[in-house]
Order: sequence, then structure tokens, then C-alpha cells
Amino acid sequence: MDITRRDLFQIGGKLLVLASAGATLEQIVGAEAPSDAYKMAGHWWGMIIDIDKCIGCGNCVRGCSRENDVPKGYYRTWVERYQVEERKQPVVDSPDGAMNGFPPLKREDIKAFFVPKLCNHCAESPCVQVCPVGATFVSPDGVVLVDREYCLGCRYCVQACPYGCRYLHPETRTVDKCTLCYHRITRGLTTACCENCPTGARQLVDFKNPQDPVHEFLRKNKVEVLKPYMATRAKVYYKNLDGSVR
Amino acid sequence: MTIPGVDGFMYPNEVELQWGLLIVLYPYITGLVAGAFILASLERVFKVEAVRPTYRLALLTALAFLLVAPLPLQLHLGHPERSLEMYLTPHTSSAMAMFGFVYLWYLMVVLLAEIWLEYRADIVRMAQTSTGLRHTVYKALTLGSENVSPAARTIDDKVGFTITVIGIPSAFLLHGYVGFIFGSVKANPWWSTPLMPIVFLFSAMVSGIAAVLLLYVASMKLRRTPIDMPCLDTIARYLFYTFVIDFTLEMLDLVHRTYEADESFRSLDFMVHTRLMFSQVVVQIFLGTLLPLALLAATQLWRFTQARRRALYVTACSFTMVGIFAMRWNVVIGGQLFSKSFLGYTSYKVEFAAREGLLTAVALMILPLAILVVLVKLLPPWEERVISKSGS
Repeated sequence: MDITRRDLFQIGGKLLVLASAGATLEQIVGAEAPSDAYKMAGHWWGMIIDIDKCIGCGNCVRGCSRENDVPKGYYRTWVERYQVEERKQPVVDSPDGAMNGFPPLKREDIKAFFVPKLCNHCAESPCVQVCPVGATFVSPDGVVLVDREYCLGCRYCVQACPYGCRYLHPETRTVDKCTLCYHRITRGLTTACCENCPTGARQLVDFKNPQDPVHEFLRKNKVEVLKPYMATRAKVYYKNLDGSVR
Repeated sequence: MTIPGVDGFMYPNEVELQWGLLIVLYPYITGLVAGAFILASLERVFKVEAVRPTYRLALLTALAFLLVAPLPLQLHLGHPERSLEMYLTPHTSSAMAMFGFVYLWYLMVVLLAEIWLEYRADIVRMAQTSTGLRHTVYKALTLGSENVSPAARTIDDKVGFTITVIGIPSAFLLHGYVGFIFGSVKANPWWSTPLMPIVFLFSAMVSGIAAVLLLYVASMKLRRTPIDMPCLDTIARYLFYTFVIDFTLEMLDLVHRTYEADESFRSLDFMVHTRLMFSQVVVQIFLGTLLPLALLAATQLWRFTQARRRALYVTACSFTMVGIFAMRWNVVIGGQLFSKSFLGYTSYKVEFAAREGLLTAVALMILPLAILVVLVKLLPPWEERVISKSGS
């Protein structure tokens, strides 16, 4: 077969487009593009968290930090410890986001529990709504992502997030947040935080998968999302969430 | 373990403030633009002839500040080189993206067009009488239209009037929109109120009117020209009325929040009594609002000599400018000092010589004044010109 110069340009051009598409996805999620077998439309990702199972060890925070190269002093996920006493404001702490766990409780006679936090990957996300250039978006499989190549660093989304999940990355000068380990879940793996949780308190779920245990979990348990009055359609569901949690 | 500057519990990513001093300047500067333009429209649309001596100065002031308005935003961005994307690929659901278009509309369609029409006859005359570089500049400013016949001037007047009529809602939109950018953030109870755009608007009018009065008095002093007292009295009267509405709206917001006392109230109330005590209660409410209101009310109730009235107006306006700045500070900074968990507070320290520091902010406030000096040299706004024009 003879290849003309025109053909060469056309093939080269196509390769260039494909390569840059791959590069863009890489830049978005911080890893390789999803595998070919992965069909975005076939998934709708979220997470379930069993508060009673969380022991506040901070493995999830360390795992996330390692996996995603999270800058020091910022958190894609963190764990809060609530100490709730009757008729009093709850006392909450999260030293270094629980990167190194928690110091022992000073009192044993009060209600205390741990609450892991991360981006809620809201279906009607205020951060997506306010982004002036659409650099923050919801992927077709329900994950809220930030395009680092496009983000202006205006931080309107940081203000709009009711859960405090976003920060300005000190090196890229763009907004950063939990990607639900998009580079992993699109290859059939679970998130780093879920993988590192020793008690199974956190579990990645796919609402579009009829076999996913999330359906039974939602049917059998009393669940709640954080700040339901914000009407963001958050997709991180907590089992036995105490009313004091904000 | 305690974090320096933090009391109680903040979500870990909340400790550092995202919007600092430059974002305080942004609504302050746009407010001055809208306020100055609305003062100018008093003469043009509502035929308040007494304020005629400040008409052109108000327009030039609005332009000088409008040209600087995007700079604090630009300097604040993590990637300023991408800012044009807001115009090229705007996200239509974003209040911030749409503000870019409101700004352009206001700059290009309203302000520049009105100033050009107002000055057109002067520009043509100066193009004909000047030489060298000045001639080239004025010639370029004529935009090729040198017809200043009475018929052409009548058309200028009609078009100018129409633009001002469009300009008033546009000025309302410009600053109301800035209020909406904050007021529509439902995650933040300190900002999230439908009153925010209207409070921003009236405070803008207050600051713009006060700024023009101060600039007018300063210009007359510098030029050793007598101050037109009926003009000053009228501006001060309008400032008083606008201020009363502004203060009423702010008190309505306060009373509403206190009476409703929703989930956020305890946290916000504590913040006002501690971290915002000085900037909100002392500077904004007492020094920046009640004191100037009392001084302006005094000028309405009792008779003073001209010199004393001038002094009272200048004092009231100076405190007003500080008060409105404090209001912007309390909105922008105050809105980030408390945790969205309502369980803690962080603090904010202004850096001195940093990209978003005090030095930059001072430079950004001096810059519009420098631009104004150039504009005044280029397009003199003074009364005698108007008289000579109408005389000719």
C-alpha cells in the first residue's frame, strides 16, 4: 500500500489528538486514562460509611495521601472525632486530619465516635454550579473532578462546598479534592481509603450495579447524608449518623 | 493539639482563608463605580441641576475605578493567564462567569459610550485647536466623527440620555450582581441572603456618592476654585437619604437573623462579638455609619456656616468611605472566619509585601486615582468648560 504525504499527516494528526486526549485524562485524575473495557455510562459511584465500624486509626488518610500525593497540611479525606455530652456543644477534633490517628480520650463517660469525611460527589453539586469555566464537572459515572489544565484557581468552588472538601494545591495553584481514586476505580480497583480501612467502615459502591451490596445496605439500615438540608444530592451515605455531626 | 489562630474545630481545609484583602477591594471598587455613575445620572436623567458641577467628574471617576476593578481578581487567581477563558468558554450556571459579561456591557456600552457622547464636542474642538501628540490623541478620540452641528449635538444628547437610562439599571445590575456572587452561596450562612444584592447596591451608592463629594472638594481646593455650595448641599442630602436606606436594610438583615436565630446564629453571633468586634461593631457600625449619619442629619436639622458645612460633609464622607470598606471586609473576611461546622473560628492576617498583601492593595487603591488624574487632564470636567460650551 502506498502512503502519500497527505495520509501521513492525517494519521499523525489523529495520533496527536488521541495522545493529547490521553494526556488530558491523565492530568485530570492524576493517573492513566480508564481502561478500554470501562464504560462510564454503566456506573454511578458513591460511598457508604459505617460510623460504628470506624476506629479512628487514620489508615484511610495515610493511604489517600500516599496514593494521591496529597500536599502536606491539606486533606482529600480526613476523620473527625465527636465527643457529645448532654445539652452541650459537641467537642470535635481532627489532629492533622487524623493522619496519625487520635490521642486517647480524656473521659470515658461521654458519647464518642469517629466520622470519616471526603468529597460527597454530589449529583447537584454547588461547586460544579459556580465554577466560572466549567473546570469542575461531574463525570458521566458520577464523580466530581477538577480539570487542572483549565482551573483558574479563583476558589469560588471552595467557598461553595458546604463540607470543606476543597483546597488550593500549593504547587499547581489549582483547586484539588478527592477524585474517588478515579484512576483506580475505572480499572476495577477500590479507592485507596477503602482499601486501607482495616474494619471495612468505608466501602466504594456503584449504584448502577444491581449486584452491589449498597442496595441491601440502604434497604436494611437507617442512613443519612451530611447536611441533607443543603439539597446537594450527596452520594456518601452514613449508617447511624448522629444528629450532632456537621 | 491546637492550631495557631484557630479556636474550636475547623474542617482541616478551612483553616486557611481562600479570599483575602484583594477580594475585599473588588466589591469596594465596583461599588464606587456604580455609586459614582448613579450620582451622575441624577443630573442627566432626573434633572437634578444642582449636581451638574460633578456630573463629568462622577463619570470619569466611575471609569477610572472600573478600569481597575478586574485587577484585584486577576492578581488573586492561581492562574491569571487563564482568566480569558471566562469569556471564551464561560460556564453559564456560574454567577462569577456571567459577571464578566455584565462588566463588559457596563464598560463598553454604558460608560465609554456616555463619556464619549458627553465630551464629543469638546474632543472635536480640542482636536482642531491642539497640535503634536495632543492633536493625534484627540483626533483619534473623535473616532472620525467631527460633526458638532446643533443637529448632531441634539442627536448626541438624545442618545446620551437613552444610554444613561439604560445605564441606571446596568449600574444596579453591576453591583447588585457582585452582591449576588456572595448572596447565592448557600453553603455560607453569613453570605447567603437575598438581601445581599440590595444591601451591596445601596452601600455602593453611599460609597460612590461620598467618593465623588470628596474628589470634588479636593479638586476645587487643588485648583483654588470656589466650591459650589448648593451642589455640595444637594449631594450631601442625597447621601443622607441613601445612607438611611442602606442602614435600614443592614439593620433589617441583622434583626431578621437575630429573630430567626437559625442553626448558624450562635456561631455568627459569637464571631461578631469577638473576631469582628472591632471591624464590624466599632468601625463599620459606629464610626462608619452612625457617626456620618449623625453628622449628615445635623446638617439637615440645623443651620451651619458654609465653612462648617463643608467640614461636616468632608468628615462624614471620609468616615463613610472607611465604613463601607469595613463593610466589604466584614462580608468577605467575616464569611470565612467561622467554620461551616459552626464549631470553630480561624483568623486572618494581612501580609505586607505579598501578591495579595497590603502593599498591593494600597497600590490598587492609588491606581484609579492616578488614572483619574490622567483622565481629568485629557477630558477636563470643570464647570467653566460647560459654561463656555453652553455660551458658545
